[in-house]
Parts: sequence; C-alpha cells; structure tokens
Amino acid sequence: MSAVLNITAINQAAAIAAADRPLNIIIAGNPNAGKTSLFNSLTGLRQKVANYPGVTVESKSGRWAISAEMPAVHLIDLPGLYSLDATSLDEQIASDVLLNHTQTKPDAIIVVVDATNLVRNLYLAMQLIETGRPLVIALTMFDLAERSKLKIDVAKLSEQLGVAVVPVVAKQRRGLEALGRAVANACERDPLPMTGRQAASDLDAASRQSQLIKRYARIERIVSETVETSDAGRPGVSERIDRFVTHKIFGPVILLLVMLLVFQAIFSWASLPMNLIDHVFSGLADLVRAHLPAGIFTDLLTDGIIAGVGGVVAFLPQILLLFLFISLLEDSGYMARAAFLMDRLMRAVGLHGKAFVPLLSSFACAVPGIMATRTIENPKDRIATIMIAPFMSCSARLPVYTLIIAAFFSGRTVLGVISLGAVIILAMYLIGIAVAIVVASILKRTILNAPPPPFVMELPPYRLPNLGNVGHALMTRCTVFLKRAGTVILAISILLWALMAFPRATAGRPSPAENAGAAQIENSFAGRAGRLIEPVIRPLGFDWKIGIGLISSFAARETIISTLSIVYNVGENPDDKSASLVDTLRNAKRADGSAIWTPLTGISLMIFFLLACQCMSTVAIVRRETNSWRWPLFMVGYMMVLAYVASLVTFQGGRLLGFS
Amino acid sequence: MTLDSIPHDVAARISAVDSQGAHGLRLMEMGLVPGAPVRVVKTAPFGDPIQVCIHNYHLALRRNEARSIQVTLEG
Repeated sequence: MSAVLNITAINQAAAIAAADRPLNIIIAGNPNAGKTSLFNSLTGLRQKVANYPGVTVESKSGRWAISAEMPAVHLIDLPGLYSLDATSLDEQIASDVLLNHTQTKPDAIIVVVDATNLVRNLYLAMQLIETGRPLVIALTMFDLAERSKLKIDVAKLSEQLGVAVVPVVAKQRRGLEALGRAVANACERDPLPMTGRQAASDLDAASRQSQLIKRYARIERIVSETVETSDAGRPGVSERIDRFVTHKIFGPVILLLVMLLVFQAIFSWASLPMNLIDHVFSGLADLVRAHLPAGIFTDLLTDGIIAGVGGVVAFLPQILLLFLFISLLEDSGYMARAAFLMDRLMRAVGLHGKAFVPLLSSFACAVPGIMATRTIENPKDRIATIMIAPFMSCSARLPVYTLIIAAFFSGRTVLGVISLGAVIILAMYLIGIAVAIVVASILKRTILNAPPPPFVMELPPYRLPNLGNVGHALMTRCTVFLKRAGTVILAISILLWALMAFPRATAGRPSPAENAGAAQIENSFAGRAGRLIEPVIRPLGFDWKIGIGLISSFAARETIISTLSIVYNVGENPDDKSASLVDTLRNAKRADGSAIWTPLTGISLMIFFLLACQCMSTVAIVRRETNSWRWPLFMVGYMMVLAYVASLVTFQGGRLLGFS
Repeated sequence: MTLDSIPHDVAARISAVDSQGAHGLRLMEMGLVPGAPVRVVKTAPFGDPIQVCIHNYHLALRRNEARSIQVTLEG
C-alpha cells in the first residue's frame, strides 16, 4: 500500500513539476450539500476570496495539504449548482469552470453528494461522470445518514458509478485523509477526452427530456441496489418543525418575530461597538492633530481620511450582525422557509420569493442586500430587486431621522403613550416600502417586463448551523468591507474633503461667518455649489447650507450631520456635537428673522433622504453587480427625481395645509 | 390530474411532465421525472407556492409550475 502511495506521490510530483503550478482541485455540488463545511475543513484559515473575472460571483480558494508526500494543492470552492445546464448566474459560472471553459483548468473535481439526499444529488454527479473528467465523490452528512437508518454500501456505489466514493464528516474531520488519497489517484489518471457532452441548449426539448429521464432512471436503479432504508415514508424532523414554522398562522407570526429580533440587534445592540469605533477614530484624529503641525496636510489626515473612513467603518458592527443573522438563518434552513412564506406576496408586485431576503437585508444596508440578490435566477427580476433595494430605509438614514426628530419632534406623544418620533420613523419605513412596491410594479410592467419566473426552490432539512462556517463567512464579509473602506471610500473621502477645503479662504478677506471653518466651507467648491443649487432646492424648504449638506451626503447619507456641524459652526464642542447641533438648527434664522428650519423643513428633508440615492457604496455595488453603468446611473437619476418631487409635494402641500 | 390539484399527504406518482420551455426541464432536473413517487406536503399560508416531497427531499414550487406535472394517485 505504502509503496503504491509513494509511486503515486512521485508521479504526482513529476506531474506538478511538468505543469509548474500547484494542482487545481474543484469542489462542486448542489446547494446545501455541505460544500462549504468540507472546504473549510480541508483548507482551514488559508483561504482567499476573489471575484471571477468580469462578473461578481465570488470565488473562494485555499491551500489544501492533501497528503504528507505531496505539495499542497489549490482548492477552489464553486457556487452550488443543481445541473450543468445553468439557470442562474452562480450556476453558469460553476458550470463553465467544471466544463473547462475558463482559465481555471481543473485537474480533478470533488463532487459533494449529500448522503441523506442521494438521488437528487447524484444527478449532477452523473452529468459530471458522463463528461469523463477525473473526479471523486465526497459523500457528506454521512453521520446523519447513519443516524436516520440509511445503509449505504459505499464500495458497491463506487463500483456502479465507476468513480471513487469517500464518506466524509467534515466537522469531525472523518474521511479527509481518504479523500486526499482518492483525489491524488484521480489526478494520476489521464482525463478521458471530453466526449458526449453537448450543451443542452443545442438539443431540442424532447432529446433533453429523454436524456434526463435516462439519467434519473440509472440513478434510481443504482440507489435501489446500494441503499437500504428502514424508516421510509415517516415524516422527518424537518417536516414536523415545518408544521409550526410554515403554519398558516404561526408561520407569518414567527417570521415577524425573527425580523423584529434582527432589527433589534442591528439597531440597538450594534450601537455600543459603533460608538466605540467612533471614539477610536475621533481619538485618533485628536492624536494626529496634537502631534502634527496645523496645516493642510493635517486637515487632510484628520478631516478627510480619518473622519471619512471612520464614519464608514463605524457601520462594520451592523453589517457583521446582519451577516451573522443571515448566515445563521441560511445555514439552519430557515431562509428558504421565509421565501416560501413570502413568495405569494412578493409575486403580487412581480417579484420572486427569493427577493424577500435581499430586501430585508437592505434595511440594514443596501450594499449586502444587493449582493444577496445573486440567488435570483431571472436577470430582470434580479435588476428589479436591485433597483428598489435602496428604498428600504437603511441604518445610515437613522442618524438623519434621529437628528430631525430630536430637533423638532422630541417629547411629543401620540395618543398619550407612543412617542411622535417613533411614529415618524415608522412612517418613513412604510413610505419606503410603499414606494418600492409601486416602483417594482412599474418596472416589471415596462422596461423589465418578463413572464413570471419559475419558483422552484429546495426546502433543505433544518440543521444546526456550523459555528465554524458562520465565523468564516463573517471574516470574509469583514475583509471585503474593510478593503472597500480602504480603497473606494478612502478615495471619495479625500475628494469630498478637497471639495470643502479648496479653494482656501484667504485670511484677510472679511467673511460673514464668525469662524474660520465656516468661512472656509462657505468659500469652498462645495459651498459655491450649495449656493448654486439654492434656487432649485428652495421650493423644498432648503437653504444653501442644507444644500452643502446634501452635496456632501452623496458619499454617504450620515455625512450631512458632520457637514451641518461645520457649516453651522458647532464643531467647538466635540463631546456633545449633535445636542448642540439640535439647538443650532432650532435657532437658525434667515436674514428676515424667520426660522430656516421648521418641522415641515425637517419632514421634507427626511423624505428627501428616504428616497434619494445618496450613497456612493450603493452606486459602486450596483455597477459591479450589473456590470454596466447603465443601471446605477438610471437608479441615481430616477431616485433623485422621485426624491425631489416627493419633497416638493411634502413641503408645498404642507404649507398649503397650513403647517410650518 | 395535475400536481397542483391533488389532496395533501396522499401518495401519488408522476406520469408525465410538460417540458415546454426551460421550466419543465428545471423541474425534471430537480427530480420531478415521470415514474417518481411524489406527495404534496402543504400549501403556503397565502395559498401559493406548494411544498412537495420528492426523492425523500422537500421542494417548493408555484401552482403554475405544478400544473405542468401530470400525476396519478397511488392506492
């Protein structure tokens, strides 16, 4: 045995020397088959995440120390797929890699097959076996199969399929060494020429159908000969859980409770770490200011880079908490149930049940929400979902809502107990949802018109989430987000700082503002732009100072608060910035003595912030996800028009009704 | 008889699948092939989609898709 292994190892080493690169091993399999667990167990922390060229599907790869005798191989985790004949972007990418249509030339394929769901999982395996590529089947969830009294004759299964089959339990690291040996052996073998695989689109429906039926017939014959089951037909644990979770009444109630829990976490539990990050960055800015000579370079460091990046990094806790919940709900199997429950309602606006989760995520932040639309197969549905995701009131709008409410609506109650502020915030959320529904219906009836997409979705069995996998997913999110903060957002922060810092106010020139900072911002490009757009925004109730805030908030909505603090010259009291900003806003007067900020101005501004696409990160992610500038520009444009009109109607209508 | 019209929790067998267009083929790829035993587990709270058990796993599909699957009741 060991002699054979050594020869294998030597041949392997020679093959690698000839190829002059580590071997590429691909992990492929159905969604929910345990691919990620296996990948994590094989690579540990040595992973990296990148995008496939030209598209935004993530490719995870890592180093796998396959055996003691061999150099480590390059292991690639593909998105899950049910068939080589793809119906979604994720599946298309995976299928292209497997069929050798991309730069990634696989030396061998590990097909992950869920032992508890053998027939359906073997369909993809059978398609791959037919291509003649070197492959090994990893039979995952083997412990669960044993527990549910499925007896699988692994040797016979392997013989019948003509490929190595290795039972594995990723979490307990069972079978991993055997898998390594099998993969090394598979790499040995010369791949058969790629024969017999015709793209399904080249075939007519009838021959595709007969191919399909033959494949399933073969699978069922093999499974009936190799698997013994003793408790078939009894409803499983998952079906019994579903009696509550997708119950006619309990189902929607449970979904509502889950959503409430997620929101509670994002909005209140995240505030502690957010404040902490905020303190760290402002402390850092103070430190820099104390140790560097005052001047333009120090300003760039503190006001531009540290403040800009810090303001965005402060959202990290919220994003991590959101992804924590998403991965827990996803891994446990609940997410599919949520889509199952909501599909009928989503369909009413022409969307897919799977659009529910991205839209829900967008309440925390549209960026991960838009990234989560990748599971929607139909491209038009996916774009419609992306286009309305920014109407979900994200967490970056909250500071703006909070400021306005603190300034004009604090201490008031409705019906004696409910605070007016809470009612207004709730109204903002509901208006956002209503606008999203209307826009989605219009888009789906016009430019994104398409027949209703098929809704065919697996309801995977409930499983306890693997905390290791959840941790991995969070780490990945964290890195991706911080990378963006370090590149795109850094660049935008510097640009915005420059718009507010140049041209420099000359010291000798008399200025109407009492403070150098305010004088500077008034004189800057941003200040001039604010004055330039004042005639346009005056009908909404905004003056040029708010105009500067609007311009600065195009990077990120919450920036308006720090900008208003500078414009209104309240930066001297850093401990209590927003409290003093609240007073300043209440007391700000026009030349004629009338108040600039009224409750109606506040509501108008909130409506504007709710509907306008003021978020560079969202624009950037839409550009990436749709792979063109057309959709992000369309989105910015139509949301801007909508925001303007809605604010105009709010302010002018409010005045007509006698509000101020 | 089509899959969207049979009672819950009754054993049935697929007799034919209308494979017009891509939907039919996707349904078959997911295991809804002629000859396979199938059972409707439940209907979602708002009346659509339905949940079926096929090849020992659970699948959700809309009534519209289920209509293209012909079944016969076992029994």
